[in-house]
Amino acid sequence: MRKVAVSGVGLTGIREHWGKSLRDLFEEAALKAFEDAGTDDIDALYVSNMGAANLQRQLNLGAMMADALGKRGIDALRVEAASASGGVAFHEGVKAVASGLCDSVLVGGVEKMSDGLPDEVTASLAMAEDQEYTAYTGITKMGMNALIHRHYMERFGVGAEEIAMFAVRGHEHARGCPHAQYPFKISVDRILSSPMEADPIHMLECAGIGDGAAAVLLRPAGESGDCVEVASTAVASGHYYLTERPDILTFEAVRGAAARALEYAGLSHGDIDLVEVHDDTTITGVLALEDLGFVDNGKGATYVSEGLTARDGELPTNTFGGLKARGNPVGATGLYQVAEVALQLRGQAGPCQVEGAEVGLAQSVGGLGSTCAVTILRRR
Amino acid sequence: MSVPRYWREIRYRYRLIGERCADCGALFFPRRGACPQCGSKNLEECKLSERGTVASWTVIRNPPRDYGKYSPYVVALVELDDGVRVLSQVVDVEPDEMKTGMRVEATFRRVKEDGSSGLIEYGYKFRPIIG
Repeated sequence: MRKVAVSGVGLTGIREHWGKSLRDLFEEAALKAFEDAGTDDIDALYVSNMGAANLQRQLNLGAMMADALGKRGIDALRVEAASASGGVAFHEGVKAVASGLCDSVLVGGVEKMSDGLPDEVTASLAMAEDQEYTAYTGITKMGMNALIHRHYMERFGVGAEEIAMFAVRGHEHARGCPHAQYPFKISVDRILSSPMEADPIHMLECAGIGDGAAAVLLRPAGESGDCVEVASTAVASGHYYLTERPDILTFEAVRGAAARALEYAGLSHGDIDLVEVHDDTTITGVLALEDLGFVDNGKGATYVSEGLTARDGELPTNTFGGLKARGNPVGATGLYQVAEVALQLRGQAGPCQVEGAEVGLAQSVGGLGSTCAVTILRRR
Repeated sequence: MSVPRYWREIRYRYRLIGERCADCGALFFPRRGACPQCGSKNLEECKLSERGTVASWTVIRNPPRDYGKYSPYVVALVELDDGVRVLSQVVDVEPDEMKTGMRVEATFRRVKEDGSSGLIEYGYKFRPIIG
């Protein structure tokens, strides 16, 4: 297998882009990635997206976006794995280049959530779960997270304040980030006095609704002088039903993907300089640190509140704000994470820069941990 | 939703029927092609317990489409007395009366009404056991 390099990255700001369509956003990110890579010569296109079938009634995104980029004729398709779509699409793109089947692949994610009414967006996000027996109960994505949030507090005796600190840290990190949707500080008091979204989760503990697109261009390492290499990618599936997990606070897919990605890369936890994790609410961010293996079970919230995930801490986490503060344009989110890790390793993270970052890990999660993609990038 | 899609789940949703693995004994819900424990295809239908205990719960305040008229409502992770866990709304209780560990029993209720097809859907919900 060939080594693969990240040759170009392109991001749109995450906003409510009332004046831009799904296609407009994708084009913007893709063209920026071409410019950054210094080439628009690609032989395959992977488009990651979760909600367009529901929110725009739009499918066949591969052909649509290839046409929009003037690339008719190439191999093009859409990749969907709920909110892990971006991480899974990246994994597929890496496989295509590593195998030698493709020499230049664009992996782009896009989501345009503001086209849907609030109850449509809520229903769309719940499509990650079984429609006949899970979503059928009327539970939402945030409601699923709330079941584990309450159980975490009750089992480990952890307070609401410590868990809410995950969002506080994200907002601190997003300050100065040009693509972040909410680049400002927020206090624990403000979070815990916001309305309940799904008890015990407050509205300001949840990632918001945003539109955005992120794209990366992959080529064989060594051919272009690119300084960021894909050390490994891994995707794992886990229990589809929350009800059947031996422990609802353990996401086996996250553990499996993390173990595999570290093994493939020949790295251990101590080699990782920064992580981007999937905090669609505060509790999933906390559990990510535990399931990725950086912190013991039940210790994640304390680890965060003690400052160890800060930019100058032991494990800088969500260095551009994460889903909560950078934003969560669902199908594109996994590619924002990968692009952000690449910017860190290039030293192009601006005010968000983690000094001396050599190796970074991104974790993209679909459903309530039923799919997980882990990507590890390193400086060459 | 089409009538057949609703109709084919009636047996399981109305009566709370899961499956038991004839090889490893695992009991699970909902039904599927292979045992989630051992992968066996040797499965038989099994009526689940209708009583259980709340393991965790939430209150849905921003519901998905078609559920708005019931909001806010409680959804709980219920551990049945036979060990199977199900996700279900808990009714006949105010959110501020909910507690982890509460004993609940299955009841048969209206779940939602589909505006475009006119279908009225029913299924299990749970309610506190009184006394």
